[in-house]
Amino acid sequence: MPGVVTLRAEALSKAFGARSALRDVSFELTSGERVAVIGPNGAGKTTLLSLLAGLQRATGGSVSLPPEQIGWVPQQAAVYKRLSVRENLRLFARLERVDDPDAAVDRALELTGLADRAKDELSTLSGGNQQRVNIAIGLLADPPVLLLDEPSSSLDPRQRAILWEFIDGLADAGTAVMFATHEIDEAQRHADRILVLADGELIFTGTADELHAAGGGDPDLVVAFVSLLEAQGH
Amino acid sequence: MRWLLLKDLQILRRSPLLVGLLIVYPVVISLLIGFALSRGPDKPKVAFVNEVPEAEQTISVSGDRVDIAGYSDRLFERVDPVPASSREEALKMVEDGEVLGALVIPEDSARKLQRAVALGGSADKPTVEVIYNASGPLQGQLVQSLVDSTLAEANAAIGEKITQIAAGYLNILLRGGSFSLFGQDFDILGLQDTEKILGQQAADLPQGSAQRAQLERIERFARLAVENLGFSDEILSSISSPIEVKQTPVGGSASTSLASFAVAASVVFSLMFVCVLLAAGMLALEREEHAYGRLVRGLVSRGKLLVEKVLLAAACALPVGLVMLVVVALLADLDWGGAPKWVVGVLAAGLAFGALGVAIGAVAREVRAASLLAFGLSLPIAFLALVPAGTVADALYEVIRVVSAAFPFKPALNAMDAALNDNGDLWPPIAHLLALTVAYVALARIALRRFG
Repeated sequence: MPGVVTLRAEALSKAFGARSALRDVSFELTSGERVAVIGPNGAGKTTLLSLLAGLQRATGGSVSLPPEQIGWVPQQAAVYKRLSVRENLRLFARLERVDDPDAAVDRALELTGLADRAKDELSTLSGGNQQRVNIAIGLLADPPVLLLDEPSSSLDPRQRAILWEFIDGLADAGTAVMFATHEIDEAQRHADRILVLADGELIFTGTADELHAAGGGDPDLVVAFVSLLEAQGH
Repeated sequence: MRWLLLKDLQILRRSPLLVGLLIVYPVVISLLIGFALSRGPDKPKVAFVNEVPEAEQTISVSGDRVDIAGYSDRLFERVDPVPASSREEALKMVEDGEVLGALVIPEDSARKLQRAVALGGSADKPTVEVIYNASGPLQGQLVQSLVDSTLAEANAAIGEKITQIAAGYLNILLRGGSFSLFGQDFDILGLQDTEKILGQQAADLPQGSAQRAQLERIERFARLAVENLGFSDEILSSISSPIEVKQTPVGGSASTSLASFAVAASVVFSLMFVCVLLAAGMLALEREEHAYGRLVRGLVSRGKLLVEKVLLAAACALPVGLVMLVVVALLADLDWGGAPKWVVGVLAAGLAFGALGVAIGAVAREVRAASLLAFGLSLPIAFLALVPAGTVADALYEVIRVVSAAFPFKPALNAMDAALNDNGDLWPPIAHLLALTVAYVALARIALRRFG
C-alpha cells in the first residue's frame, strides 16, 4: 500500500555564483519509503540533501517540510568525541527542544542498541557505533523524514550490515528514509526507489528494475547505471 | 545556547592538559613580560632645555675652568636630545608624545654647582628638572632609569674633578707644601716631615725637655689636619651627588608603579591567551567535529553560536583573572577595595578577547590553524601596545596607536590598570572593549559564510 506523501520538493535549484550545482529537481517522499540518491562525483547528491536539511539555502524551488522536521545524518559522525553517548544525545535532544529529552535519549539508546555503552565517551566507540549515535541524534525529534549522506562510507562490511538492518527497521516503522550513496549495490538492496543525479540534473526516478531497463537492460546495475549516464550525455 | 555552553564546559573539564596549558602558559608569559617591561628601547628622544647663560657655561674648580657643556654631552650619550628653546616648549613636546621626556637645566644651575664644588661644599645644590609623560608607567619608568643612569654619570664626572682636588690637598697633608684658602696663605709641614722632626726631636732631646718652636709647628699641623678631615665630609658629599633632580610628571596621575603595571599586564596577557585560544579553538572544533552543520540547520543560529563561544571565553576569564589577582593581592600591595572593578575589567576583557578568538576561529576554520593564528596575531599586537610614546618616530607611533586600538589588548590593559591602580577612568576602556566585542563578532559572522 503506498504511503502518505511526507515531503515534496519542487524545482529545487542551487547555484554557486555562475556555476549551477542543482537544477529544477522535483520529487516526493512517502512514509516508510527508502529512496537512494546516486550519481557520479559532483552530481549534486550532497547539495540536494543539504538543501532539504536546511544546511544551505536553495536559490530556487521549495521543500514542503521545514528543516526542523527533517532528521539529518551527515556523512561524518557529527558528534562530540569528548562527551559520552548519553551526553551527546541529551545535548541534541535539548537543542531540538524535544518535550522529554531523557525519554527521547532512552528511546534512541534502545533503538541503536547502545544502552550498555551510554556512559562511554564517543572517542572510545568504533566507527560503526559512532555512526549509530550519529543516526540516533538525527532521530531524536522523531522526524517523519530521515536524510543520510553516504551513511555506510566509513564502515566495514559487518558494521554496514548492522547499519542497514537498523535503517530498514526505521523505514518499516514508517520513517521516510532518503540516503545518498556511491554504492549502487546498496541502492539496489536497500532502496525502494532510486534517484539518479548527473551534473545537477535529476535524470532518472524509479525502482532498481526500472533503472536496469533504462540502462539498456544489463543485468549488472552498475553497468546499466553507467549506460544511462552515457545515453544522457553525462 | 546554555546547553552548548554546558557542553563546552564539560569538554574542557575532560581536557585537563588543555586547561592546564591555557592557564600555565599565559601565567609564565605574563611573568616574563612583567620582568621584560623594565627594559626600554635604546636612544629615546629627550627634549633638552639649557637655560644657563652663555657666560656661565664654565665653572671654576680650584682655579681650573671646567666646561659644563662637556658634561652635558656625557648626559646625552644614552638619549637622542631634541633641543627646545624653553621649558614650555619642552613641556608641550612631552605632552604631545613627541619626546619621551624633557631635561631642563635652570638658569642658576652653574652658579649653584660652582658653590657645590667649592671646598666648603654647599647645601643648595643645583637641581635639574626632568619632565615625563605619566600617562603610562612605562614612560615614567623609562625616563627614571635614564635619569638615574645619566645623572649618575654626570655626577661621577664632576665628582672625578673634585676628587682630583681633594687628592691634591691630601698630598699636601702627606708631603707638605703651601696652599691658599679664603685669601690666606698656609705653609704646611706634612705628615712625612712631621714624622722626621718628631724622630729627630725624640733622638736629640734629653728625656723630659722640649723645643718649643718645633712643637708649635707640629701643633699647627695637627690642628690643620683635623680641620681638613672635617672638610672631607662635605667634599665627599659633593662628590657623591653634586646635582639633584626634580621630577615633573604630566598627562596622567603617575600613580601606577611599574610593579603594579606588571600585574595588570600579566593578567591581561593571561586573559588574552586563555580567551583568544579558547574561543578560536572551540569554534573551530565545532567544524572539526562535524557538528557545525548539524547545529546551524535550525538548532542554534550562527550568531548565537558565536555569542556562546564569547560567553564561554568570558566565563573562563573570570576565574583565571580573579585567581591571579587574588594571589597577587595576597603577596603584593593591591587595594582590595577595587575588587568590583577587577571583575568588570576582567569580564570586559574576556568578552573582547573571546570575540577576537571567534573571529580568528571563523577565519582559520581548523583548530591548529586557529591556534597558530591566535598566537601569531596576539603576541605582536600585545607587544606593539606596550611601545611607549616618544621611543619611535611620530608617524610610526601613530600607526602603532591605531593598530593597538583595533585590538583588545591595549584597552584591556588600560581597563585593568584603571581597575587595579586607580589610574584613569575605567569606563572609556570598558566601552572600547565592548565596541570591539561587537565588531569582532560581526566579523566572525561574516567569516562563518564559508565556515561549513
